[in-house]
Amino acid sequence: MMTALSHMFLQEYWWLIVSLLASLLVFLMFVQGGQTFIFSLPRNNMQKTMLVNTFGRKWEFTFTTLVTFGGAFFAAFPLFYATSFGGAYWVWMAILFSFIIQAIAYEFRSKPANVFGQKTFDVFLLINGSLGPFLIGVAVATFFTGAQFRLNELNQVTWQTPWHGLEALLSLRNLSLGFAVLFLSRILGLMYILNSVEDEDVTKRSRKKIAVNTIPFLVTFLFFAITLILSEGFASDPETGKVYMEKLKYLNNFLQMPLVLAMFLAGVLLVLFGIYRSVFSDCYKPVWYSGTGTVLTVLALLLMVGYNNTAFYPSLDDLNSSLTIRNASSSHFTLRTMFYISFAIPFVIAYIWFAWKAINNKRISQEEMETEHHVY
Amino acid sequence: MIDSVDLSLVDWSRAQFALTAIYHWLFVPLTLGITFIIAMMETLYVKTGDEEWKRITKFWMKLFGINFAIGVSTGIILEFEFGTNWSNYSWFVGDIFGAPLAIEGIFAFFLESTFIAVMFFGWNKVSKKFHLLSTWLVAIGANLSALWILVANAWMQNPVGMVFNPDTARNEMQDFWAILFNPVAVDKFLHTITSGFVLASIFVIGVSSWFLLKNRNHLLAYRSIIIASVFGVISSVFIIYTGDTSARTLAAVQPVKFAAFEALYEGTANAGLVTVGALRKSDETIGDLTVNEFIFKIEIPGFLSVMTTGDREAYVPGIKDYIYGNPEMGILPAAEKIERGRHARDVLFDYKKAKEAGDNEAIAALRTRFDDPDFIQNYFAYFGYAFLNGPEDIVPNVPISFYSFHIMVALGFFFLLLFALSLFFVLKGDLEKHRWFLYIALWSIPLPYIASELGWVVAEMGRQPWIIQDLMPVSVAVSHLSASSVKTTFILFAILFTALLIAEISIMVRQVKTKSNP
Repeated sequence: MMTALSHMFLQEYWWLIVSLLASLLVFLMFVQGGQTFIFSLPRNNMQKTMLVNTFGRKWEFTFTTLVTFGGAFFAAFPLFYATSFGGAYWVWMAILFSFIIQAIAYEFRSKPANVFGQKTFDVFLLINGSLGPFLIGVAVATFFTGAQFRLNELNQVTWQTPWHGLEALLSLRNLSLGFAVLFLSRILGLMYILNSVEDEDVTKRSRKKIAVNTIPFLVTFLFFAITLILSEGFASDPETGKVYMEKLKYLNNFLQMPLVLAMFLAGVLLVLFGIYRSVFSDCYKPVWYSGTGTVLTVLALLLMVGYNNTAFYPSLDDLNSSLTIRNASSSHFTLRTMFYISFAIPFVIAYIWFAWKAINNKRISQEEMETEHHVY
Repeated sequence: MIDSVDLSLVDWSRAQFALTAIYHWLFVPLTLGITFIIAMMETLYVKTGDEEWKRITKFWMKLFGINFAIGVSTGIILEFEFGTNWSNYSWFVGDIFGAPLAIEGIFAFFLESTFIAVMFFGWNKVSKKFHLLSTWLVAIGANLSALWILVANAWMQNPVGMVFNPDTARNEMQDFWAILFNPVAVDKFLHTITSGFVLASIFVIGVSSWFLLKNRNHLLAYRSIIIASVFGVISSVFIIYTGDTSARTLAAVQPVKFAAFEALYEGTANAGLVTVGALRKSDETIGDLTVNEFIFKIEIPGFLSVMTTGDREAYVPGIKDYIYGNPEMGILPAAEKIERGRHARDVLFDYKKAKEAGDNEAIAALRTRFDDPDFIQNYFAYFGYAFLNGPEDIVPNVPISFYSFHIMVALGFFFLLLFALSLFFVLKGDLEKHRWFLYIALWSIPLPYIASELGWVVAEMGRQPWIIQDLMPVSVAVSHLSASSVKTTFILFAILFTALLIAEISIMVRQVKTKSNP
């Protein structure tokens, strides 16, 4: 039974926090999406410098959110951390490689004597921008489609394929979410350029590219969403904890949690509204519509797969090795301790917002790039 | 239940984690210290309005930025490697270890990453005071992030504040404050951040000395040396003090590690502290372990006894006391600990079997064992010993521990001397006349890096065979991967990190060389 600060309540609370961090991470991957245009959007070096500096001033937020997401998952659901990271080794390693090369690329690319030349670091940004969102999308898709692992009685994981996570790339549904996240991050990146760069030529071409990227985004996202709603899902018996397949489980979850469904629909509509405003108006702020929509959509999807007696990390090899927020969580004491600590989160968000506003009070211009002391 | 583990997998996993940690630690200490030095310089700028202080601040800030990015890059790997390479460990301790990591992210990383943007890009966008506040918050955030990861690491050295849950087969947090104020954590945090302060101070003095040797940027060099020398002297004194308290704590909670630092095989009263010495392999063996002996050593008589207990006549147990036991000192033989650990493991496995079979009577009987203080203190406390092959396995690599520890300590005293001389000459106003000192300061830049890395070698190699002292050996903690997979990622990381390090050094050197006179 769920009472105030019961273990069940805290498990759901921490699933909400982890999901919120994941949804913020997907939004903040506009940095990665923007990086993918490093060779295709700018027509000259100044435009390239403006583009790189637009995203270079925000890469730490994405990075920090990823690290905090990892830390929060470890703290709240350590069995997922142990199972997925220790099992799907190659997918997570590829994601990490792509993030290592991002951080230094910004700082090193324009510095004299950087040994490998500016182009190398620009390619690093392109690799991170493409691989990061795509692979994170594929990894998250396995929350819905399952993974090949088995846990023993001491909860130690053994991966059942020698590919250690790469087999996820063979699933069309996983690929579709991977590409959907990639194209969404590209769209958000372009929208962020509209928001932050003062250059009419760049703005005009960004709007065109948003329209072009919307098509593959919609195709892949709709494919994933429709197949998800129509598919069997991994349900968990609340009494015994046994996991079994249930027809239309995810559709049922949406219907049984109307608030989550409303959040999902509102999120999708906001993303589309932001795209509409970008393409068919002169609005400079659509990133805030689509960004909010992204957060709501991802949050709704993760709440849907974590709540309502659902396995959020299903095992395809042994259903009862599947992870639920009940069997994968930390102890009551740890979750309660962290519950009190989480009261600081609004304060953290407040100072981030304040600092962000202070730095972003003016759009990046050619003039600023010529006079700024710290240019990437 | 616990599959046999491929030893080459354990070795490659250890090598990969060590590689990542060593590279990460090349960059972090400078961040820990230089952020405070920069904050002090900017404070002087805001207080005096002297534009030269602003230029000095910006110069060191540029070097900090180059260093910071690569530190962040290597740091993200470390966090996720707990899961990717040590998944059994992640579950066994995740209930405790995860919380500090999450707090680190929420409190420290966001503080650092938010205000670093203001620090670099806010010069013309926010007020002077807000900019200064941001710089101080970056310094505080960087050091706070060190606190939480060191709390987690300290728990691995001295697990406290938890209870084992046989149902989930893991340790669970019982007392958050005991974990936060673990004596090892307090010592480790203070010792580690001050090592960063020392390193940054030497970095600043070394680079500034180069300017003076080249007869350039005099004002920048002098002002930087004054700040770094004062900061360095204070930090050096403090690091020696925290080193001393760390050693005392260590002698109590990780006595085998402590004995390995001193290569003390035979316990003795009135034990001397080796100041200088060299080891070689002797003919004596204990199981597979070859005992080392001193070729020569210079000792301070009785000082090791004083360091550990405050009493010159106190008995300091040696490695053999912990292998064979010492009833007078109340030390159990390692073989007995192995037996007790295996008993605890058998009870756990029997409990798991009873649960699987639904044998309620057996479940109830076995479950009570884990609530019995006698079983917990006298058997489960040695759970990790169940996985050792023999008593000699409890001994870490003695030569590595001994040399790492002694070189680190010697360098610590050298740094104090360096800072004192630097401060003396600069206050006297004739620093430039002592070119020999400027050369020493310049060539000393790598030394704190060596000392700092050796500190981690001492802490982590000295803890072997444990990943969590007495509870889990590294061989059990490792993820079930193929050794070839880990070997491949090790090679990729080694190439990538080395390439990035080369680029970083090259950029730093160029930034210093091209720093023009104002």
